[in-house]
Amino acid sequence: MPDPGTGEQLLRTAHQLIVENDDVANTLELPRLASRLDVIREICRHLAPYQAGERPIVGATVIAKDLTIDSLAIMDMVMELEDSFDVSIPMNVVAEIHTVDQLADTILDLRAKR
Amino acid sequence: MGLFDRHAGLLEAYRDVRTTGADPFQIRMERVLSPTEAIINGRKTLLVGTNNYFGLTFDPSCMEAAIEAIRAEGTGTTGSRIANGSYSEHVLLEEEIAAFYGKKHCMVFTTGYQANLGVISTLVGQGDHLLIDADSHASIYDACKMTQAEVVRFKHNDPSSLESRLRRLGDKPGNRLVILEGIYSMLGDSAPLKEFVEVCKKYGAYVLVDEAHSLGALGETGRGLCESTGVLDDCHFIVGTFSKTLGAIGGYCVSNDPDFDILRVTVRSYMFTASLPPSIVASVRQALRVVKARPELRKQLWDNVATLYDGLSAQGFKLGPEHGPVVGVHLPDRMLAIGFWRAMLDAGIYVNVAVPPATPNGVSLLRCSVCAAHTPQQLEHMIEVMTGIGRQLGVLSGAPKLRVVAGSR
Repeated sequence: MPDPGTGEQLLRTAHQLIVENDDVANTLELPRLASRLDVIREICRHLAPYQAGERPIVGATVIAKDLTIDSLAIMDMVMELEDSFDVSIPMNVVAEIHTVDQLADTILDLRAKR
Repeated sequence: MGLFDRHAGLLEAYRDVRTTGADPFQIRMERVLSPTEAIINGRKTLLVGTNNYFGLTFDPSCMEAAIEAIRAEGTGTTGSRIANGSYSEHVLLEEEIAAFYGKKHCMVFTTGYQANLGVISTLVGQGDHLLIDADSHASIYDACKMTQAEVVRFKHNDPSSLESRLRRLGDKPGNRLVILEGIYSMLGDSAPLKEFVEVCKKYGAYVLVDEAHSLGALGETGRGLCESTGVLDDCHFIVGTFSKTLGAIGGYCVSNDPDFDILRVTVRSYMFTASLPPSIVASVRQALRVVKARPELRKQLWDNVATLYDGLSAQGFKLGPEHGPVVGVHLPDRMLAIGFWRAMLDAGIYVNVAVPPATPNGVSLLRCSVCAAHTPQQLEHMIEVMTGIGRQLGVLSGAPKLRVVAGSR
């Protein structure tokens, strides 16, 4: 599978399969120190159902344009991410976010400010 | 790029809708006969999608009051209350609504949309925090676009989701305003208001409740969810509309805040639009008297809700989570919802079709609104028709127990 952080092909490990498919794993609290890659992986997990064709979801993916996700679903995904990372992203900030990278950076910035 | 190019996606979706042969967003009521019947496409049609919860649009006392007001004061005010002044009846209506809620202040708006839009966007500003339920009405979302406050959504009807967002604000400066609705307009579910109010108290947040669909329907005296959950005194602002239970048009906001009246010179949707005409003010005042004097209408409404909800549920339809004057029927997708809607119209029954993006979680719905004036026979006929269409379209499984009805009544 492509690494969402770098866009490079990675081997899909058993561990990653569990994280992606097991609902129990989704409910686990993320460690206080989430790495940028952790955040991007979590975003991509939420975006996976909206992938357009074979085009991989990477940091530079423009969420509203490159994927089949509508604005309401984006806002709902943001609400899930807020709870995963224990930050609140105001709607006016969401409006300025276009790419997966920007969303990850916003989450990391907000976490750093806590 | 042309001006309409940005709507290309929507245009395509709309074209899809119209290929079904009828446009659900441009229905023409050739003649409205009563709160429950109209002529559509030349035939008598049962209305189950008009938010006319008490059926007061044809109440003789409300109609007479409106006619009398036109004779006495003319057809319109031709301007805003800031520019043209208030008529005595505007002020009396405000006093009567304030008294109805036991609140000190009331402002009346020309529509319910404008009440939410203006009040919410003005109560909070730069440095404040606005927290809204994810399933909020468009008027609330539009208010969010107009305010400088930071807006955060919480999960629908989930007090713990609100709490985590209030907690994250920590000791950040700025007021917190939480927006809730008495009954949500698409699925007809109501907010766990008592639990929400507890959370708001804990974090010092103001509460605004929109009772648009719950006025008249909920509470011992019809004041809405605030009354039925016993938190009327804890709700700082209550917004509502005259266009549903009260059978006319207009909106209001009540509050005990001593400085509330400053909104009259700050809320732009109040200041820069014409005020309600005398006929509307008169019919609304009378409708409020009817709501107070005839609690049996509330009982009739809920009896009808039970008939429709339980009847559809027994046939296997997937409905909204609880009894309510709005009964949302889930259908698997947009095109099936529109096809079902069309088949019902052909069979002489009008409901609303609600499809994404106007619905939460991308669901497609037939949205039915129940009226106190519906007869049990009308509703039983509707259940029979819906069951027949549901079987034909494969929405309901199992061998038909009832004849398939189409066309005649």
